[in-house]
Amino acid sequence: MTSLNGAEQIALEVNNLQVTYYTDAGRVKAVDGVDLTLKAGERLGLVGESGCGKSTLALALMRMIKPPGRIEAGSAIIHTDMGDIDLLKLNEEEMRQARLSKISYIPQGAMNSLNPVMRIGKQMIDAMRSHVPRASERELVERAEQALESVELKRSVFRMYPHELSGGMKQRVCIAIGILLSPKVIIADEPTSALDVVVQRQVMETICRVQEKIRAAVILIGHDMGLMAQITNRVAVMYAGKLVELSTAREMFTNPLHPYAQALIRSLPNLDNKGIFQGIPGLAPSLLRLPSGCVFHPRCEHAMDICKSAPPPRAVTPTGRFVSCHLYDEQGNRVHPTASRREPVAAQ
Amino acid sequence: MAPLLELRNVSKIYSQGLLSREQTIALDNMSLVIDDTTPSIIAVAGESGSGKTTMSMLALGFIEPTRGEVLYKGRNVAKLGREEHLLFRREVQAVFQDPFAVFNPFYTIDHLLTVPIDKFKLARSKREARQMMEESLSAVGLRPEEILGRFPHQLSGGQRQRISVARALLLKPKLLVADEPVSMVDASLRATILESLQKLKKDYGISILYITHDLTTAYHISDQIVVLYRGAVMEAGDVDTVIKTPKHPYTRLLIDSIPWPDINLRWGSSDIQAREGDFGSAKGCRFAARCPFVMGRCRESQPPLFKLEPTRAASCFLYDESPRLENEDVSSLFIYK
Repeated sequence: MTSLNGAEQIALEVNNLQVTYYTDAGRVKAVDGVDLTLKAGERLGLVGESGCGKSTLALALMRMIKPPGRIEAGSAIIHTDMGDIDLLKLNEEEMRQARLSKISYIPQGAMNSLNPVMRIGKQMIDAMRSHVPRASERELVERAEQALESVELKRSVFRMYPHELSGGMKQRVCIAIGILLSPKVIIADEPTSALDVVVQRQVMETICRVQEKIRAAVILIGHDMGLMAQITNRVAVMYAGKLVELSTAREMFTNPLHPYAQALIRSLPNLDNKGIFQGIPGLAPSLLRLPSGCVFHPRCEHAMDICKSAPPPRAVTPTGRFVSCHLYDEQGNRVHPTASRREPVAAQ
Repeated sequence: MAPLLELRNVSKIYSQGLLSREQTIALDNMSLVIDDTTPSIIAVAGESGSGKTTMSMLALGFIEPTRGEVLYKGRNVAKLGREEHLLFRREVQAVFQDPFAVFNPFYTIDHLLTVPIDKFKLARSKREARQMMEESLSAVGLRPEEILGRFPHQLSGGQRQRISVARALLLKPKLLVADEPVSMVDASLRATILESLQKLKKDYGISILYITHDLTTAYHISDQIVVLYRGAVMEAGDVDTVIKTPKHPYTRLLIDSIPWPDINLRWGSSDIQAREGDFGSAKGCRFAARCPFVMGRCRESQPPLFKLEPTRAASCFLYDESPRLENEDVSSLFIYK
């Protein structure tokens, strides 16, 4: 793991991002006021249960939200050498140019995202062609083959079809495409969820290596906290469209602040707690009928009266951790020490 | 100790092509006994292509072995009579991987649960059937009033997977074959499903064949483990012994690749690397091409199982000083607690 050194460049700044889906049943705030800052070369993990809005957040940054979804407000600024770009203010053509060259996306199911009737090389060249129209064919081929090599694939993969590759190899092809134009930000949406452990480790290590090489910031989306502990620098936890905690990986795994993050960490199997299963009681709320006050209060073991009525404050500790919970004041100090830790509720 | 389900020297070979028979050995001379008297959870672990799903299909009687026999209570599963076959179908149940694909979206959960009750004539009246459904749903930690009458799409993956378990439970099975039951479920919901599987063993005396690529969950719920690689047993024995002190280089690679949710247990503490597309030589050890400790003899003959400890055996020449263990005797390593 590389440590982040002093004078850090900010790669991406997301402010107050809001995405709403207008469904027949009503308005759904899938992403509700999320703020994030990513430094160049940093790996941020974004975790949460299915339906918490983590993929929507990624799609919003790629500007790939389709109706009935809409980005309602916010900004997503990428800092480049040529100045700052607000992704959410670009027009369609500018955004098309920005994808892959400024921000790229490694999708969830690699097996489904490659064109089955097109050779790998052709797909890679296609992707570059629209960004660098004046480059010669030979130059593009060279670049594609180099990208394949950088993810530890043979140059011969260039001439293969997707069905000739294994799942792990296809996922690495997707990574190679993602880094073709050295983007500032790479979003990897559960890049290894369909792979088994050995291949998963290989793919993740590949992502880390190429990302460090091009100094890109990575947002790793997933629900596997184990993976987050292994490779991220910071972890953000989302719940029902809101960011509930953002801490360094070390702080998150040793001393999580938010009760949801605590429950999430506690539910993880590790070597010492064999046979003890601590699920998180209850279910994620429907975004159509969010609970009042703090959205987590019906499942929270520390829930107080105020949690039912008022949304929690957004606290930032002096060390830069973000937490949104009534247990903490605006500086992140624990203000309700009396709320003692109940025995974990048995999973229902 | 009477065997409930027994795989006796089972091989499964898939062949392709009409003239040039291209053969894939999915499972090679595998033996395993699941005991009748003490319920236990046996994990079968391995990466894709290790033959673990072939094994679950064999255990469920969906496919027939090319060589060897699958025995249920001493009778060959492929040769069961009509009545016996029905009993086998009832007593050996399955939970599959994908909770989104196993349900017919047009039917409510009630329908899904009534089908087995009708088929096996488990209830005499509608009220009794309803009561049975409610009981089995409660047993897996679901609230019947929240589930019955709903359609599959109204439920979460975790709920659906628990309904699968409840459906199996309705039939009071002796053995449950669970093929990757938690791999498609949110990590935060996995605990609840594993807990209901554990409960089946404890409260209902059901043995479970837990097929998985995830050694973390295998460690947590099972008593014994069998690690497969390309159709053969690499290491087998007591789950604590195998996971905490893996001996076979392949098991070490697997365990080393587990992303433990612990900031102090980092990957990369070992230098074993995964390589792809290596299918090894036809004769030697299957793992030779990827093994960091490979020796000359590994490429010449397949290592037999060596019994390292009373509760563990590994198929690797590194341990050739230990006594040999015949394939058929793998289950002698299992102690029933």
